Amino acid sequence: MNNARVNRIKDVLFKYFGIVCTLSGLIILAIFILNILIDGVQRIDWSFMSSLPSRFPERAGILTAWTGTFWIFCLTAAIAIPIGVGAGVYLEEYSKKGWLANLLEINIANLAGVPSIIYGILGLEVFVRILGFGASLLAGSLTLALLILPIIIVATREAIRAVPKTIKEASFALGATKWQTISRQVLPASASSIITGIILALSRAVGETAPLIVVGALAYVPFVAKTPMDEFTVLPMQIFNWVSRPQHGFTINAAAAIIVLLCFVFLMIGIAVYIRNRAQKKNPW
Amino acid sequence: MKIFAISILAMCAGGLLTSCNGSQQKNNDSELSGAVQVDGSSTVYPITEAVAEEFRVEQPKVKVTIGSSGSGAGFKKFARGETDISDASRAIKAKEVRACKENNIKYLEIRVALDGIAIVVNKNNSWLETITTEELKELWKPNSPVQTWSDIRPEWPSENIQLFGPSTAHGTYDFFTEEIVGESGASRSDYNAVSDYNVAVKGISTNENALGYFGLAYYTENKDQLKLIGVDSGNGAVLPSLKTVGDGTYSPLARPLFIYVNEKSAKRDNVREFVQFYIKNAAQLSKDVGYIPLSDSEYSNTLAKFNAFSIK
Repeated sequence: MNNARVNRIKDVLFKYFGIVCTLSGLIILAIFILNILIDGVQRIDWSFMSSLPSRFPERAGILTAWTGTFWIFCLTAAIAIPIGVGAGVYLEEYSKKGWLANLLEINIANLAGVPSIIYGILGLEVFVRILGFGASLLAGSLTLALLILPIIIVATREAIRAVPKTIKEASFALGATKWQTISRQVLPASASSIITGIILALSRAVGETAPLIVVGALAYVPFVAKTPMDEFTVLPMQIFNWVSRPQHGFTINAAAAIIVLLCFVFLMIGIAVYIRNRAQKKNPW
Repeated sequence: MKIFAISILAMCAGGLLTSCNGSQQKNNDSELSGAVQVDGSSTVYPITEAVAEEFRVEQPKVKVTIGSSGSGAGFKKFARGETDISDASRAIKAKEVRACKENNIKYLEIRVALDGIAIVVNKNNSWLETITTEELKELWKPNSPVQTWSDIRPEWPSENIQLFGPSTAHGTYDFFTEEIVGESGASRSDYNAVSDYNVAVKGISTNENALGYFGLAYYTENKDQLKLIGVDSGNGAVLPSLKTVGDGTYSPLARPLFIYVNEKSAKRDNVREFVQFYIKNAAQLSKDVGYIPLSDSEYSNTLAKFNAFSIK
């Protein structure tokens, strides 16, 4: 009797603990977004989106910054998703358990913890100089793709591991090959979790500045990139630049640019969630 | 939605019109194209950005790109021949000169503007009006024993001083320690090191016992929250201003800002035109972004020197 009451109290306490945890994250985010909105929202208009940087805050815009971020996002996704998912599938489904698999696993986990600027230094040496891509969108995207690969690989592996073994066995029992089983059963069944991992990874890539500075992202680019070999700037670079200026008008611009970056990330996440929900509906069981 | 569509249409129409105007203008002048690549100091960046902004009106086809990776990182690229122009908030160092020589990079150093380093305290600080360079050295030298105001002058309050300064990655830090302490990079380490000066502005404006140093523009833009301190290097205290920094009386805390131009690049029409435009407009544009212009005679001398340097 007594014991049951204690347990019930614990139960209620934990529920409230959970609520506090959830709210503290949400409230901090809400305060941050509100703060930014108050500072910057009246600054966002079409001319802000379509102008180049300027020494006059009220004339300055983010055209090349947001188009650069869009480019980087698409290229990074195009590079990182196939490689990351492919590596995840291989490690989970094909590679033999042994010291090599263990070594790979430890290394991937370690890579996820390497400071992002280290990837920048690697990207500068390998992509910019040795492979000769220069300080281009391609070099920046490859660097960011490396940065988020560990996250995608780990997410893919976890997702595949969560697929019930019985599904695979049933597929094999019907005479399906390994590839047929993976492509028609395992991947569709794990798609929603894999996409969640990809969303988190890409959102991180879009907000990165340090590795791109090292790779050679510029602060002032007067033209919209047309090919992956063009030089570029991104929204976080422009925000960083404006935040450190003495004139107050640039702080407002920075807030406005942060809103645009947030909207961009939310939009991309929205699209991904939509795709994920459709994938979930298609799930045959 | 409709309004949005209309505004897009209007923007397109506007864009067409301006591009028409542009093409009319082009016929008059000699039209240049190609890329001009600039990288280096984030302190000099606002001037170069302003110059590029204005230069685009004259030569819309020249693609001027500017990075702000810092003086040191800028020189590294410059010495590899990856950039045409390097922005710098300090003169080139001996090892960077060597790196240029190894790669056979010849260059011209051009002073484009001046920047004063301001000593500032809280608005409500009633005791501090001027400070000597000796006292600043006592305050900022490595392992400085100074903790309270009364450690500097006995008549000042015995409250702890809250110090604000740039983090070690800043050119301002190198310059200040070199001029005040006597050795670049030698500083006490128990101060609030900021990487963004607006953080220092906020810190000093909310703390009565704060003292800090940063570029004059950050004081000018926040005058109502801060108090400027005169610096006495032996000839009486001087407050930094457009005039005192410009004529050199605010000493030693005034520094020149530079651009370095690669000789090979300077012989290209687009780079030559850009640098000439830079020198001709540096006075106004550096003032626009918060720095202090050099004297007119220095600009005209520099222009003559550059013209001789860039002859093919």
